[in-house]
Amino acid sequence: MKHLDEYRDAARVRALAAELQRAAARPWRLMEICGGQTHAILRFGLDQLVPPGLELVHGPGCPVCVTPLELIDKAIELALRPGVVLASFGDMLRVPGSKTDLLSARARGARVAPVYSPLDAVRLAEGRPGEQVVFFAVGFETTVPGVALALRQARQRNVRNFSILSAHVLVPPALRAILGAPDNRIQGVLAAGHVCTVEGYEDYEPIARQYGVPIVVTGFEPADLLLGMLMCVRQLEAGRAEVENQYSRAVRREGNPAARALVREIFEPVDRRWRGIGMIPRSGLKLRPEWADFDAELRFELATGHVEESDVCISGLVLQGAKRPTECPAFACECTPEHPLGAPMVSGEGACAAYYRYGRKHA
Amino acid sequence: MCLAIPGEIVEILGDDPLTRVARVRFGGVVKEASLAYVPEAKPGDYVLVHAGFALQTVDEEEARRTLELFEQLEQAQQEGGP
Repeated sequence: MKHLDEYRDAARVRALAAELQRAAARPWRLMEICGGQTHAILRFGLDQLVPPGLELVHGPGCPVCVTPLELIDKAIELALRPGVVLASFGDMLRVPGSKTDLLSARARGARVAPVYSPLDAVRLAEGRPGEQVVFFAVGFETTVPGVALALRQARQRNVRNFSILSAHVLVPPALRAILGAPDNRIQGVLAAGHVCTVEGYEDYEPIARQYGVPIVVTGFEPADLLLGMLMCVRQLEAGRAEVENQYSRAVRREGNPAARALVREIFEPVDRRWRGIGMIPRSGLKLRPEWADFDAELRFELATGHVEESDVCISGLVLQGAKRPTECPAFACECTPEHPLGAPMVSGEGACAAYYRYGRKHA
Repeated sequence: MCLAIPGEIVEILGDDPLTRVARVRFGGVVKEASLAYVPEAKPGDYVLVHAGFALQTVDEEEARRTLELFEQLEQAQQEGGP
């Protein structure tokens, strides 16, 4: 397929790996933010191609993994209510809440409808006027424009039985939290290319300056990832800390202005708790007051109990890049994709699932 | 979750900017995607599609430059030996 195959050529990947080897005179530690990139790195064996001194740390870029327990519990509570259908991306169905997950709840009679697009959830609501359809809106900046358009269509068509449970999260505040931590070890960052297709990369420029860390907007194919690493390492070796764009075929500095405008018309930033990490100021999105009639948390009174994480799972440390999945005592024994203790073992983008799936089972 | 795949627009349906969709070909599969955020896209263009939405048109000139950069690096490798 055009725009994919050119970036997967084995000879090209080997040449880039050799160039990276040549460029990295010293050991460096880079973080790829996006879980999709983590999976690509392991799937294509790039972790085995990079120089031994180049450490790749996996970031918190898996929205499924960082959705807080209490929001998953609220989604399950909604799905179990009579007259309510919870529409959700398939990724969320097996993620454990404090007691159960959406798939198990569905087996007990909860009404859960997996959808491919938020627009499908609006259509579902139009087709079931006697029921309430709530869309579980999970995702980074990449996913928000789709939800924004679904809301605009719902308002335009007067679909009053549609609402959303917003769990949206934003990358730059999380990146600031990681780079600003007293024990931060990250020296260079690969920024998530698809998040930047929407939001551009202007917001990353002050972050690179403030923390003295190069940031390279990077794509998802093997050659993209290696070139992103090479650009990052070249900056580090030269003592530079700038934002560069490896993924220029898809990302402009200003992102997608039409998408950004609608997102800002409908959503505003809010403090959000990240599972395994804690509260990050202004790192989530909630509906603006003029769109509050679509807010499921206001439409339905939902219980907010205190919830406890597993005391064995170290997913918080994995999501912060402080530990590798293989350093968890439960990894690949108590905790597997079939019986996950934590979200990173469930999600298609979770670091633990990637290590398990691609056979990196030893530290 | 942030997966987006490049596909070729084979047909555009509708003219309301809010509901315009394209039939997009990904290898042997054709799926519909909203064009609300890429109003300038036309048949033959490649768009990056995520969760039913085209988020951006692939810039062919930038893609060509990236491939040229790869070729330069490969050339340098061949000349520089292993």
